[in-house]
Amino acid sequence: MSWLLANLDMVLSLTLDHIWLSVVPIVLGFLLAVPIGAIANRYHLVRGTLVTASGILYAVPSLALFVLLPSIIGTQILDPLNVIIALTLYAVALMVRTTADALADVEPDVIQSAKAMGYSTWGRLVRVELPLSGPVLLAGMRVVAVSTVSLVSVGALIGVNSLGYLFIDGFQRNFPLEILVGIIGTVVIALVFDGLLVLMGRFLLPWSRITRTNGRLIVVQDDPVVINP
Amino acid sequence: MIEFRSVTKQFPDGTRAVDSLSLVIPSRKTTVLVGSSGSGKTTILRMINRMVDPTSGVVEIDGDDIAGKEPVKLRRGIGYVMQNSGLLPHRKVIDNIATVLYLTGVARGRARGRALELMDTVGLDRAFADRYPSQLSGGQQQRVGVARGLAVDPNILLMDEPFGAVDPIVRSELQQELLRLQRELGKTVVFVTHDIDEAFLLGDQIAILKTGGEIAQLGTPTEILSNPADDFVSSFVGTDRGARALHLAPGRFGNLVIDGTGRPAGILVNESPTEGPSWPGQTRGPSTDGR
Ligand SMILES: Nc1ncnc2c1ncn2[C@@H]1O[C@H](COP(=O)(O)OP(=O)(O)OP(=O)(O)O)[C@@H](O)[C@H]1O
Ligand SMILES: [Mg+2]
Repeated sequence: MSWLLANLDMVLSLTLDHIWLSVVPIVLGFLLAVPIGAIANRYHLVRGTLVTASGILYAVPSLALFVLLPSIIGTQILDPLNVIIALTLYAVALMVRTTADALADVEPDVIQSAKAMGYSTWGRLVRVELPLSGPVLLAGMRVVAVSTVSLVSVGALIGVNSLGYLFIDGFQRNFPLEILVGIIGTVVIALVFDGLLVLMGRFLLPWSRITRTNGRLIVVQDDPVVINP
Repeated sequence: MIEFRSVTKQFPDGTRAVDSLSLVIPSRKTTVLVGSSGSGKTTILRMINRMVDPTSGVVEIDGDDIAGKEPVKLRRGIGYVMQNSGLLPHRKVIDNIATVLYLTGVARGRARGRALELMDTVGLDRAFADRYPSQLSGGQQQRVGVARGLAVDPNILLMDEPFGAVDPIVRSELQQELLRLQRELGKTVVFVTHDIDEAFLLGDQIAILKTGGEIAQLGTPTEILSNPADDFVSSFVGTDRGARALHLAPGRFGNLVIDGTGRPAGILVNESPTEGPSWPGQTRGPSTDGR
């Protein structure tokens, strides 16, 4: 405990680094993936290519990507940008597919009726198809959030500071408490992000929680499965 | 008036859903397209609001070729009601009804006011306004669908098997409701069904369709029942089996009407129904031919 109190400043600053390094890829990943996913859903040829490409990308180990990026895009080896870009790519890879699938799953009846009412293609996408994909997008973002938070730690191996630094340092000094603090901190951040996403879902997708008391049961968000590349 | 002039629709996969169809749909009347599955009813209906464009031929509304109209704008001026209502699951009932009003730029407050009025029009309790569609019964959802179709007070209302997915009692309620609405509003209704009884009940004019959108017979219910054009029509309306040949038999409370299968179809009463629903073989009240 005394170690934690003595190093509180460092732990807090690493926590902030960790949060920052996770938030940017999560938000950017979403903003980039949704339009790409929409394009993938619209043009079938593009879809195959994009889905395959993102599948392959997702299979590249994160450490390899962190190390390779500087030579590909010319950043400094210690630049946090490497981690941010790499994790954004993972987020995009996961969400493009999720978005395309979610859009493809929107009830054809609803699309036809939106068309019949006089929505333009663009209006229909933004006002009808994307909102209706909301629950699936949310489930995808919960996976992205949790996996991004955990992947940020790996960046510590290439010298980009985050709570992951505590694992490495604790391991090298054979000091389990430090490792434990790192793990707990990471898990807490992941849980908070997840909770925030769920709250956003409640607020933005009130309709998706409605269940019928009699007969057909509708919706309710899936619990995310966490996958680490 | 809506006019199809030798309209053909061939889908990219080669299916000829409609083959050189010519048809006039008079204003302020209900025209019913009836035919078995795959006979091209939906395709015909969707060529009226350009959800489907003909491969060849011309569709005119009040003398204007609709091929020259902007589809999105055209659709906003035509009501469309479909089976399973097609309501937007993420919008409350009131917003579903007001959707087209929002799209055409009507202020939110006014649009919602109008939506509430429409709920009265279609016989829906205003208490449902803030519910989501999934919280309504199938029949209530269809009422919302009809209210939504009427939102911009369109001259034309397209209805694609709107009552196909509800139970017989609710269906009959909705049919009566539509007859009442039509007496009050006098829209040009194009109604698709595969239920010949529904067609006879609702239609001023009925088009019986064979595969390929070919019209087997076009006429009033009386004309079709009394003088079916061919065997196809006879078997479709049930006159071939004598199912519609009615005779009287004395019953405990008066004369029973017995149908061709020997089942009592009703009792014969003396007063003639001037008000209220029309029935097969009888044309409804005064119908003014506007526009
Ligand atoms: N988008 C499409 N692409 C290819 N073929 C189509 C398409 N839409 C309809 N068809 C075909 O055109 C024919 C007529 O279809 P349509 O939906 O108009 O029939 P319908 O009379 O409405 O049938 P139902 O009573 O089952 O609704 C069918 O053979 C159908 O398979
Ligand atoms: Mg159909």
